[in-house]
Amino acid sequence: MADHSVSAHSKSSPLKLYFGVWATLLLLTYVTYRVAFLELGPFNSVVALVIAAIKATLVALFFMHVWRAGEKFIKAVILTSLFFLLLLLGLTMADYMTRPWS
Amino acid sequence: MSATNVVPQQQFERETYLNKVYGMWSWLLTTDHKRIALLYLISITFFFFIGGFFALLIRLELLTPAGDLVQADTYNKLFTQHGMVMVFFFLIPSIPAVLGNFLVPMMIGAKDLAFPRINLLSWYLYIIGGVIMLHCMMTGGVDTGWTFYVPFSTNYTNTKFVEAGIAIFIAGFSSILTGLNFVVTIHRMRAPGMTWSRLPLFIWAHYATSIIQLLGTPVIAITIVLVACERALHLGIFDPRLGGDPLLFQHLFWFYSHPAVYIMILPSMGVVTEIIPCFSRKRIFGYSFVAFSSIAIAVFGFLVWAHHMFVAGMSVYAGLVFSFLSYAVAVPSAIKVFNWTATLYKGSIHYDAPMLYAFGFLGLFTIGGLTGLFLAALGINVHVTDTYFVVAHFHYIMVGGAVMGYLGGIHFWWPKISGKLYPEGWARLAALIVFLGFNLTFFPQFVLGYMGMPRRYWDYSHMPEFQVLNVLSTAGATVLGVGYLLPMIYLLWSMRYGKPASDNPWNAAGLEWKTSSPPPTDNFKEEPVVTWEAYNYEELDAPPQALEVPVG
Repeated sequence: MADHSVSAHSKSSPLKLYFGVWATLLLLTYVTYRVAFLELGPFNSVVALVIAAIKATLVALFFMHVWRAGEKFIKAVILTSLFFLLLLLGLTMADYMTRPWS
Repeated sequence: MSATNVVPQQQFERETYLNKVYGMWSWLLTTDHKRIALLYLISITFFFFIGGFFALLIRLELLTPAGDLVQADTYNKLFTQHGMVMVFFFLIPSIPAVLGNFLVPMMIGAKDLAFPRINLLSWYLYIIGGVIMLHCMMTGGVDTGWTFYVPFSTNYTNTKFVEAGIAIFIAGFSSILTGLNFVVTIHRMRAPGMTWSRLPLFIWAHYATSIIQLLGTPVIAITIVLVACERALHLGIFDPRLGGDPLLFQHLFWFYSHPAVYIMILPSMGVVTEIIPCFSRKRIFGYSFVAFSSIAIAVFGFLVWAHHMFVAGMSVYAGLVFSFLSYAVAVPSAIKVFNWTATLYKGSIHYDAPMLYAFGFLGLFTIGGLTGLFLAALGINVHVTDTYFVVAHFHYIMVGGAVMGYLGGIHFWWPKISGKLYPEGWARLAALIVFLGFNLTFFPQFVLGYMGMPRRYWDYSHMPEFQVLNVLSTAGATVLGVGYLLPMIYLLWSMRYGKPASDNPWNAAGLEWKTSSPPPTDNFKEEPVVTWEAYNYEELDAPPQALEVPVG
């Protein structure tokens, strides 16, 4: 990373923030790894998914600059993507949850 | 209104995007959207004829009931590679990457797409994917079917699936980049006065297509990665022995691959929506309905994927939901068909070649769409799943719909692209041959399928009564092949020997016709300012003195 060119952008230097987010992501990865060895029954998946969702949110907010994104269009794009993810998961679950043998 | 036809005959050659610079590198490193469109045109035509060659071999094999032309394994590879090449290397890039690339900036009055270098990158990704696909086919090929269902693709096939998967993965990114470019261009680069409600409907159709490309294609990319990982590392995502679910593959695959059908057909609808008002000399009927039905198709298209899985072991409840939603997606398509026919009503209809293709599109798309409703009905679906009925249905949409629209568009904008007129008589003849050949090929397949002939079978000697219809179909494929070769020959011929085209040979509305043919590199001499609605054919055709009265 060329730290001398960061100030070219109008916003304040984000390097500390980026490394902070990166450290948080690594920490959460470690937590996921450790939790996988605990016997939580069905909650193993729940915990893993919650942590993954937090990590994805962090990446979107900070690495993809959604935090402080002024434009409505960017927010619309994010919401649309989430909506389509919801469609994929939701309608697939409409199948899985209603199978007679499961 | 500026009079474009009073420009004096110039002795020197006018500078256009075609003659501004010469040499191979001026093409291979160009960032001009018009030149990239031509690069795409050449490449997809190449793949179209490769895919067509496989189709011809398939039809020749099915000419006789016994499997006597090729081995069974070879036949599996033929239909797989026919499907993969036609879907991923012809149909998906066809209209967006060629006509869309050429026309989207011109129709909205821009100098180029928003990201010209990304546009060039998308062509290179397409070529890299295409070369890998060619290498895969020449060094053994792949036999999974274009749908590469698990567990066959993960656990059993010993052909080169991973290589084909990489090819499709890379070509997919080419498609994403095209979609990204179009979305940003349409949002950001419209000329002054070009409001959303004044956009040509071709642009609306491409906007809807781009949404699907952006949101859908990553899903097929990750699906390919998962299959490759499962194949190499036995991850257990799709294998039930490892806790996976093979149906999950079908969910993921069709989440992209059903909307992919709309990537193919929406641009074609956009082309037809330009052609029909021009050759009826009428404003489009129901502009906003046609515009928003494109968006509705893009959104609803994402809600219907599991109608490909009714007999795959999905729950009955999900089957009901997806059957209902599949009926719902027919509504915006029907809105479009009714609006096109209403545009024709009391129009002054001209039967030029682009219009013949548009008529072909209307009829064939309607048949394809209605048989889609048959298939969306759960009961009938069980009866005809994996038969030639399905094959006929989607060829009516993809060939009868998408390819008809593509050819119509190529003819319609050929004077603008090449600056030359194509031979009209030959073009009408070719349109007729394509229409007849198409129906002769695929209508018998509806009957065959309903009688119970399964798709992807190489030998039907236990059912010799299927032969008559198969012979008809193969004969039709030959006629269709001639119909596709003809335009390639006379369009190439016209580039050298065709009459020079005026700027607006069809007297069509739309900004792309207000610049010269072929256009200069920057598209317009000065930035256009739009003060009129799209499809103002009544104004265009008004007697000239009526327009000059207020000035005098």
